[in-house]
Amino acid sequence: MALFNGRNGKRHAEPDAPVIAMRGVRKVYDTGAVQVEALKGIDLTVGAGDFVAIVGPSGSGKSTLLNLIGCLDTPSGGSYRLLGEEVEGLGPDRLAEIRNRRVGFVFQSFNLLPQITAWENVELPLLFKGVPRRERQERVEQLFAQVGLSDRMRHRPTELSGGQMQRVAIARALACDPTLVLADEPTGNLDSASGKDVLHLFEELGEQGRTMLVITHDMAVAARTRRVVRIADGEIVEDRAVAA
Amino acid sequence: MLRLGLVSHLFRRTARTQGKRMAMTVAAIAWGTLAIVLLLSFGEGLKRNFSRGSRGMGEGIVVVWPGSTSKSFAGFPQGRSLRFRPEDLDLVRASVAELESASAEMIRWGNNVSRGRRTLSKTIKGVEPTYGDLRNQIPQAGGRFLNEIDEREKRRVAFLGNRTKDELFGSADAVGETVLVNQVPFTVIGVMTRKIQMGNYSGMDQDHVLIPLSTFRTLYGRRYVSDLVVRARTPELTPVLKWRLYEVLGARYRFDPEDRRTLQIWDTVETQRVTRNMALGIEIFLGLIGALTLLIGGIGVANIMYAVVRHRTREIGVQMALGARRSYVLGPLVVESLAITALGGAIGIGAGVALVSALAWAQTQTSSEALELLGAPTFSFGVAVTVVVLLGAIGFLAGYFPSRRAVAIQPAAALRYE
Ligand SMILES: Nc1ncnc2c1ncn2[C@@H]1O[C@H](COP(=O)(O)OP(=O)(O)OP(=O)(O)O)[C@@H](O)[C@H]1O
Ligand SMILES: [Mg+2]
Repeated sequence: MALFNGRNGKRHAEPDAPVIAMRGVRKVYDTGAVQVEALKGIDLTVGAGDFVAIVGPSGSGKSTLLNLIGCLDTPSGGSYRLLGEEVEGLGPDRLAEIRNRRVGFVFQSFNLLPQITAWENVELPLLFKGVPRRERQERVEQLFAQVGLSDRMRHRPTELSGGQMQRVAIARALACDPTLVLADEPTGNLDSASGKDVLHLFEELGEQGRTMLVITHDMAVAARTRRVVRIADGEIVEDRAVAA
Repeated sequence: MLRLGLVSHLFRRTARTQGKRMAMTVAAIAWGTLAIVLLLSFGEGLKRNFSRGSRGMGEGIVVVWPGSTSKSFAGFPQGRSLRFRPEDLDLVRASVAELESASAEMIRWGNNVSRGRRTLSKTIKGVEPTYGDLRNQIPQAGGRFLNEIDEREKRRVAFLGNRTKDELFGSADAVGETVLVNQVPFTVIGVMTRKIQMGNYSGMDQDHVLIPLSTFRTLYGRRYVSDLVVRARTPELTPVLKWRLYEVLGARYRFDPEDRRTLQIWDTVETQRVTRNMALGIEIFLGLIGALTLLIGGIGVANIMYAVVRHRTREIGVQMALGARRSYVLGPLVVESLAITALGGAIGIGAGVALVSALAWAQTQTSSEALELLGAPTFSFGVAVTVVVLLGAIGFLAGYFPSRRAVAIQPAAALRYE
């Protein structure tokens, strides 16, 4: 429902379109001396409610792909439609709005802002969206309850454990109720116990029918998703459903 | 969306991470602000003094001396010297609508003016009552200027320049006392208030002795004026007034009104305009020097902001990943830059105002003429506005340009930044 709240109805999502529709997407990093072709023509369709694991060797282009999907970067070629909207050519503020409302990001290194409290970190996307103060308050409390950290809301990120920080980051990713949750090795920096907690949260989200893409090296993690996309050298080499 | 708490937090953090640099930059801004405040205040004081001084001789007046013809006209040869009578002014008054006020002036140099055993050599002027207002002769309290009755009855009364009075009477009261002008007793009816006079055509007013024109004519048997002092109804009408003087006097004395040599005219309106522009030029020049000094401080602020932005690149990337619009990222950075500038500016303005007040006070304690002409430095409203606007612009630009770079890159690149 939140998808239709925008002022510019025409450019907004088409209800029947897949969440992600990529056709021949390429990404070339121009580092001056050399040009690195990180993605060489990706075709990928992800429907609503899908829970996808992206796997592949280091340097194969997984993070690059996730960044493009989350509109953190722009493709060098091909077409990318997010909820039916062609991303190419959108202005920076419109892209910011898409990241704010449709995409929730979880990073390997948490990326919490160190100078503000956990609460304020989770509140940020709601501030950017322009949610009124009282509503923000309710929503943030609810999110902390959801990730089981109601007793740590007023702490600074530096006062939290890795697992706790990642749970705060997940709460922050969910703040604006995004259609799409993207996670780049969310358990990569965690010990196995905290990793399990985080994984459990993702499973819950998957069961709630949220569309999710998770990059992982851990095949045990991949096994808990519904679909595995394998990337090698900038191309999708395998795309299979996980047996239930 | 811009939360002051967050901004102040970021500001404190910058103060911590950029401590030494920030202190130096705040000092640089303070120094630049002090420089511009002082320079502009001096410029303002100088300008006010110039404008007061250039009006000291009288505001909007034109002084007219008779010249000689340079063209033959109506049967008269060229090279004829002209002389005007006081009565010519009646004709001018009757026929020139642009005229507001006028006075004839007769001048006699080297007169013995004495009181008791003290004798001075002074210039005596016979003038009409209108002269007081025209030539800015403001009587000190207890005295008055020459009036119509003095003129009509050819009274032997004198209005003294303030220095003449000081030389004759010292600090004693002069009004009502008698002075001898070429052995003829005159009663002092008033003394001129001290004034700053930057131009003169027959010596400074403070040294003169003014008596009624009628008295002057009777005593010294003069028929012709030295000059005429006139003023137009408005400064804009001055050129018309000058033109009409050529016409009216030309018709009377049969000279060609196109012949510019027949009247020698000192247009003080023109002079005042030039003086005003000169003073303004000096003020702008001083202001520019101050602005350049301030600009150096501004570069310091921009440098800090570059460092801050580099330092926070990753955080900016996180904010953009969470959907911050560019303005949200830019806003706090610009506010921070403004805050640094404002801090330095406040110190500079405080020091500047204190110094200006101290100097202004010091000037009231001395009677040096050089200091007087320099004028009291004045921290006027205009100076305040100029300084604040300049500081605001510098603070804004020093924050805007470095942060614009930060939001121009893709969030993914900002997030990868170490
Ligand atoms: N900003 C960049 N500039 C230049 N090259 C880059 C940049 N980002 C990624 N690359 C290159 O693109 C390729 C893909 O990188 P990417 O980070 O997407 O790999 P990855 O699959 O996420 O690897 P890992 O599992 O190690 O995280 C690599 O060869 C990498 O060196
Ligand atoms: Mg990666």
